[in-house]
Amino acid sequence: MIKIEGLYKTFWGNEGDVEALKNINLRIEKGDIFGIMGLSGAGKSTLIRCINRLEEPTKGRIYIDGKDITKLDKNELRDMRRNIGMIFQHFNLLSRKNCRENIAFPLKIMKYDKNKIEKRVDELLEIVDLKDKKTAYPSQLSGGQKQRVAIARALATNPKILLCDEATSALDPNTTLSILELLKNINKKLGITIVMITHQMEVIKQVCNKVAVISDGSIIEEGNTYEVFSKPSHKVTKSFIQDVSLNLDKSYMDNPDNTTIIRITFLDEKAKEPLIYKTIKKFDIEINILSGKMSSIQERTYGNLVVGLRGDEKKVEEAIDYLKNQGIIVEELKLNGSIN
Amino acid sequence: MEVLIESIKKVALLIPVPLFETLYMVLASTLFSVILGLPLGIITAISEEGHIWERRGLNRILNGLVNITRSFPFIILMIAVFPLTKLIVGKRIGTTAAIVPLTIAAIPFVARLVETAIKEISPGIIEAALSMGADIKQIIFRVLIPEALPSIASGITLTIINLIGYSAMAGAIGGGGLGNLAIRYGYQGFQEDVMIGTVIVLILMVQIIQSIGSRIYNKLVK
Ligand SMILES: Nc1ncnc2c1ncn2[C@@H]1O[C@H](COP(=O)(O)OP(=O)(O)O)[C@@H](O)[C@H]1O
Ligand SMILES: [Mg+2]
Repeated sequence: MIKIEGLYKTFWGNEGDVEALKNINLRIEKGDIFGIMGLSGAGKSTLIRCINRLEEPTKGRIYIDGKDITKLDKNELRDMRRNIGMIFQHFNLLSRKNCRENIAFPLKIMKYDKNKIEKRVDELLEIVDLKDKKTAYPSQLSGGQKQRVAIARALATNPKILLCDEATSALDPNTTLSILELLKNINKKLGITIVMITHQMEVIKQVCNKVAVISDGSIIEEGNTYEVFSKPSHKVTKSFIQDVSLNLDKSYMDNPDNTTIIRITFLDEKAKEPLIYKTIKKFDIEINILSGKMSSIQERTYGNLVVGLRGDEKKVEEAIDYLKNQGIIVEELKLNGSIN
Repeated sequence: MEVLIESIKKVALLIPVPLFETLYMVLASTLFSVILGLPLGIITAISEEGHIWERRGLNRILNGLVNITRSFPFIILMIAVFPLTKLIVGKRIGTTAAIVPLTIAAIPFVARLVETAIKEISPGIIEAALSMGADIKQIIFRVLIPEALPSIASGITLTIINLIGYSAMAGAIGGGGLGNLAIRYGYQGFQEDVMIGTVIVLILMVQIIQSIGSRIYNKLVK
């Protein structure tokens, strides 16, 4: 379990100070795949690097299994780091060592004996499914394979926590999926707590059970992934979600024929009901679907629709009220010709 | 034709000893300058701001030292270190004595190239090692040196070639070697064939060292 309390990080520079983290409070439970999402420069890397003290916090406490790691001296810090694996966007493998040697590296550092290292490396190659690449050098591997080697290396010493700093940001979508699958399996089979930072919402949706959204050095939203993404409360979170699930064309908004435009978000079983059809029938208005998408977060469905309503002004208002009472989220984007 | 054969015979007889002297001076000074320059370069690199062993004061001193030594013209350096040479070797000129100034001239060169090679290593790789709990010693010997090895090897090739040039200058003031041969026979003795022969041998030597160096570099890069 990781508990972060009142964490601040300021970089003092010649061109002024950067307050990269401001009063961060987080609780990450054992077994979580905890996502930290934010735009570039939000402070994600700084935050995750504070957890293994690659970055020294300016103020605040970080407890790992009850122990305040901000108080550790150099030797204790090295021991602590051996219990926390880390992977990176650019893999950071040793270029002149092959897969086997790269994976053996953390074990050599801990002075394991040769036979034990050999055995452990084979186990790890099996876990990441790279047995046939044992003697290949990083330059001979694809991005996904390099990240697999990096994952094996990070897991070599049986850490309890795995930190991932944009681990899939340099990979194509298919490779990203396979790496995320691997991480999910590792979390399930080995019970490792995973902390994952990314600017890609899809990544969080795929694997994280919890998410915190960071903006300008502060956590602005936090909770269960499904809750946060289906009912985002902060505008930064909303922008993330709209960014991937809906591209509302400006021409729809500007079109005078679309007098009223609303965004509807369906959750779970509501997503399967024929609500639009029912509304049309009940109120005798036109509902024009402008844009929409069904997605799933953590194996739960949610739908997002942008529709234009046309018809009698009063009827349209009633229809909106009706929809709001159906337990779905309705957001008015344009009402009677005026854009919200 | 006969004249040419005569010349080749003469040069072939004259060359071996000076060639051996040159190789001896160059290789010995390369060895010593690497032994001393390698740690100096490593310490300069890692003591820099933001690196794994930040020591700003020390870093400034080492950088200053390297710059000062590098700015000395070799001829002047050689004379300036006469007292030190005398102390170490027992005499101020001669083939063995020349090794002292050659080494001193090459140390900052080696230190700089090692420093550059280490600073070229991606900070991410060092960070990954830190995240695994490696200490500074482990990072130096298991990450920095191995990763920088190809660049260091090609830098050493360049050092050897530079030292061949310097050793010729050392030869001019009594250090022996090919430089001495060229000056004595070619310049002072007006024997152009010896001069040309020496130049050809020097060119061949540089070519051979360069191609061995390139081969080693290619072997090291993965
Ligand atoms: N070593 C550093 N020195 C100065 N400023 C830094 C340093 N590292 C990060 N920052 C600044 O802190 C802020 C957060 O950076 P970072 O944590 O890397 O963001 P993210 O990973 O979310 O893109 C940025 O404004 C960045 O410029
Ligand atoms: Mg980052």
